[in-house]
Amino acid sequence: MGIHLYRIDDRLIHGQVVVGWGQPLNARFMVLVDDLVASSDWEKELYRMAVPPGIEIFFADVDTAIRDHSRYESDPRPGILITGDITSMQRLVKAVKAIGSVNLGGIHHRAGRVPKLRYIFLTPEEENQLRAMESAGVEVTAQDVPSARSVPLAEVLEGESN
Amino acid sequence: MNDETGDAPRNPRAIVVGHGEFAGGLVSAVGQICGMADKLVVMSMMGMTPEDIESAIRAQLSSTGARVIFTDLPAGSATIAARRIVKDEPGLVLVSGVNLATLLDFVFNTSVPPTEAARAAAERGKASLIVVGR
Repeated sequence: MGIHLYRIDDRLIHGQVVVGWGQPLNARFMVLVDDLVASSDWEKELYRMAVPPGIEIFFADVDTAIRDHSRYESDPRPGILITGDITSMQRLVKAVKAIGSVNLGGIHHRAGRVPKLRYIFLTPEEENQLRAMESAGVEVTAQDVPSARSVPLAEVLEGESN
Repeated sequence: MNDETGDAPRNPRAIVVGHGEFAGGLVSAVGQICGMADKLVVMSMMGMTPEDIESAIRAQLSSTGARVIFTDLPAGSATIAARRIVKDEPGLVLVSGVNLATLLDFVFNTSVPPTEAARAAAERGKASLIVVGR
């Protein structure tokens, strides 16, 4: 079992993750990798209360997630790992070298970002980070919910004809 | 977030926010049943960052004076944002998991403050769920 989905989503734990992906994957644990959340008891409690009974949630900063990755992967239950930004996932991917695919689930509009898909907006630097991930052998695709088409990175970067 | 009701509601008592068109549909149903949709502000969070969702809810609370927030899903982004706001403003009430029975009870209960009406409406909403059949 272990991690079935590595997802970048700036909303972190929310409906699409808990219900949209959690149900079909039968997720029984989630790993929320975020330096800010991991450092705040209030933030952790906020997200803990958003997770339904039957799903265990782990909080980790990126360094802890790197250290504990093998434990997540050897967990007998199916799980989902989420980061809120590309940089955190890139750090994880670089250090762990055992992550085969990354899902772009939601990176919304901010100053400097350009629309790529309805739910994906990227700065040029973020585009380069994603290209680097793929060059390192990680399959990067965008897919907000399981019923949607999985969009390859090259197509995502081409922009809004998708 | 978008105010999807067209004309601004008069003296709104609460904000309703949820996924997709959930809030607009629910408030539309309130309007169809009792004509009191103007007591509710509709907000959608489609395409927004968590920070934008929180800012938009704060802005609506400030501009309307509403003290109650209804959201659809406990795990949803709107609920997360609303919980952050309630933490900062203890006088607010958040009800997550809202349904039509909850909103109907809320808009009719004008004899008590909206925050109190919201608590009572939540109980009515819970009780409205029934299962029929084997």
